[in-house]
Amino acid sequence: MQMSRRVLITGLGPITGLGAGIEPTWQRVLANATAIGPITSFDPAGFPCRIAAEVRDFKVSNHVPKSHRKSVKVMARDTELAVAAADMASRDAKLHTRGNVVEAPAASPGSPAAEPKLSYAPSRVGAHIGAGLIAAELNELTDALSHARDANGNFDIHKWGSEGMPQLTPLWLLKYLPNMLACHVTIIHDAQGPSNTITCGEASGALSIGESMRVIQRGAADACFCGGAESKLNPMAFLRQGLTGRLNTVDNDRPAQAVRPYAADAAGTVIGEGGAIVVIEDAETFRARAAAAASGGENDVPRAYATLLGFGASQTINPATRNLQPDAEGRGLALAIRAALREAAIDPSHIDLIVPVGLGVPEYDRAELAAIVRALGPKALDIPRVSVKPLAGNCGAGAGSLDFCVAAKAVAEQTLPVPGGKPAKIRAALVLSTSLGGQNAALVLGPAPG
Amino acid sequence: MPHPVPHRVVITGIGWVTPLGHDIESVWARLLRGESGIGPTSRFDASTFPTRFAAQVKGDYDYRRFVTRPELHEGVGLNSGFALGAASQAWKAAGLDKFAGLDHERLGIYLGSGEGSLDFENYVAANLAGWDNEKRQLDAVRWAAAALGRMDAVREVEQEPNMPLTHLALEFGAQGPAYNCLTACAASTQAIGEATHVLRRGDADVMLTGGAHTMIHPFGVTGFNRLTALSTRNDTCLTASRPFSVDRDGFVLGEGAGMIVLETLEHATKRGATVLAEVVGYGSSADAYRITDIQPEGRGAIASMRQALDSAGLKPEDIHYISAHGTGTKENDSIETLGVKAVFGAHAKSVPMSSVKSMFGHLIAAAGAVELITCVLAIRDGKMPPTINLRQPDPRCDLDYVPNAARSGKVDVCLSNSFGFGGQNDTLIIRRFQG
Repeated sequence: MQMSRRVLITGLGPITGLGAGIEPTWQRVLANATAIGPITSFDPAGFPCRIAAEVRDFKVSNHVPKSHRKSVKVMARDTELAVAAADMASRDAKLHTRGNVVEAPAASPGSPAAEPKLSYAPSRVGAHIGAGLIAAELNELTDALSHARDANGNFDIHKWGSEGMPQLTPLWLLKYLPNMLACHVTIIHDAQGPSNTITCGEASGALSIGESMRVIQRGAADACFCGGAESKLNPMAFLRQGLTGRLNTVDNDRPAQAVRPYAADAAGTVIGEGGAIVVIEDAETFRARAAAAASGGENDVPRAYATLLGFGASQTINPATRNLQPDAEGRGLALAIRAALREAAIDPSHIDLIVPVGLGVPEYDRAELAAIVRALGPKALDIPRVSVKPLAGNCGAGAGSLDFCVAAKAVAEQTLPVPGGKPAKIRAALVLSTSLGGQNAALVLGPAPG
Repeated sequence: MPHPVPHRVVITGIGWVTPLGHDIESVWARLLRGESGIGPTSRFDASTFPTRFAAQVKGDYDYRRFVTRPELHEGVGLNSGFALGAASQAWKAAGLDKFAGLDHERLGIYLGSGEGSLDFENYVAANLAGWDNEKRQLDAVRWAAAALGRMDAVREVEQEPNMPLTHLALEFGAQGPAYNCLTACAASTQAIGEATHVLRRGDADVMLTGGAHTMIHPFGVTGFNRLTALSTRNDTCLTASRPFSVDRDGFVLGEGAGMIVLETLEHATKRGATVLAEVVGYGSSADAYRITDIQPEGRGAIASMRQALDSAGLKPEDIHYISAHGTGTKENDSIETLGVKAVFGAHAKSVPMSSVKSMFGHLIAAAGAVELITCVLAIRDGKMPPTINLRQPDPRCDLDYVPNAARSGKVDVCLSNSFGFGGQNDTLIIRRFQG
């Protein structure tokens, strides 16, 4: 008999324009204070959309142990955000790793430092992180390209090979591999267990949480870092998003109201920066380490926010748009929702909160509502449904895991993430995620065991 | 809830698009003859690059000859094109083109495909148009004006790594669990391992899995040349890929796709499919060491191989053939050898282990999938492909690498390794199917 292990959500590490860490993020959500504003990362004057939710005042070095400081130079912004999010998630979970333990002083001068006390053996900690298509920094690359121009100022590939290419730092390529988010996180935290990088657009973060859940269920790891992060706030990535036709180009002068999911006058979405990494754990090993922390008299007893009850993944088929638009009837996403509910073994009537994609793009919003009704029945439209996009924008590969954090906190607090916060019985929360390309994920969360 | 007893998972279809051709049998014959797919780079003008050769998919390849619905794929990038050709072969080989009873909601896809190629000319031109030579920085407003006029939505979206997956879903109508993972050179091995678990749990009946990738483009070669990871043996490029050889000087970029149809044994049996092999073991680990270097004792590789053996319930002595990661870089080949010795102990020297990268080059994200396909064929025919160009082994590489000539022998159980830049390690074990 294959027994599926129970999986708990024990650490939340969101980092977006709303703030760094779950408390500031949660407060900002309850205050309904959007992070969307004019773009400052680059001059957006040449773009039809000029607003976004940026992460400001952020220094990755605050989140990196001394031993890894040198590597900061080879981190793309996406990686920096993931590293910071994983640091916050591990601290929130009181998960002691090589990345966050303060090494005990040596017993005597000259003798080696005492082995730090880790929560798990490194081989039992995994990392599944969602990443986007990382764009090269244009300043760095174009500086090199500028050495490869012919007499007319046009690019000359012969000169690139001989004079341009050597301008790039030897490790240039390594900044832009999507798996670098997970690589830096595994190195910093010495997470030697199963590791993966999911690259399915905006569904990446939620799919990565599902992957970690499966790895823990089948016993291949006891704890995992999972989620995703991305920054599309550079001209190339931003332009790509604009070309998809999904960005709001008419509300540049009223950023706070720009994203209007499900509204009759919804006019497109807005890019957000960041995402979230979370820590999920096997319930049994978590209980053991929580008990050890308590009996040791430590004041760092970990807590579980919620139980991860179910996960479903599916693919949408829409040949007429080559999968670049959702299916108006919501068939694909409905399959993921049903699969997640089946695993959670709950009735649709037990869902008291939906954190949907809620992109603010009419075709997407309609398709999502169709999927919700198809999977859960018409009454599901009455379930409180709170999109985080109007506040944090669409964080790409990090979107699903940010939504997951909000849902987990809502379950833990038994409070709906609406302005002012509304106490409510939340028996189960449903998080939805879909990608440009049609990959779907659904996650069901319930209260942590008492 | 997961299926109470994990499903057995079998391979029922294989297909590939490689530098040696794009059908299973002719490519396999060429591998067994020890032929090289390497030649001068023609995809772009590399004449001043440190590396001016690669293992390219040959010019006569056209995905439209393989697919049934070409109108859905107009303008796809190379990765999606390779994926469609390889997957269509696998689909047919599995007999799924003639199987009317398929539940498309239980057909999933798990790929390990790479990011697409940039729209190079337009990208470079826009960057230079936006460059402020005085300030030595990009003027984003000028850049946007140039880029918006030049760049095309389809071309840009095609660079997203989930696009091969998206096109396969359209072509075959797959609505089940769908993922793309991108763990550098380990990606498609990881995809196959994870797809196996989707089936074991009972979350799908059939999974299309594998990977597609090319990095044979100016910035791909630039990136690897800057890392000094590529061979620069421009004058003797046909023999430049020299895994385990004392004079190896880096890997050779290859490209293409390998695709596999996996299904639960129950499903394969019920529809009367021919089973090619059974997937019995999978391991995945992280070096958690350094971005640039492999953990010197092969810690991650060892963990991954041990997990695969444990999950298969097999001992090292049960393995008849190893398909090595064997890239031909100084570091990889000696550390992989060290890892195999640590796992296999006294048995290490008696397990033949070869690297088809000596012939295919390195297909990066797609490498693991084409290599697993060679394992399926090795089991079918009792033949092991060679490591070519191995005239003088590195003293630190002292195992049996099936040098230079294919070999016949008992091959019932194969282990295939893939290790990615940044420290992801994945291992698969497949076995001759016994009912």
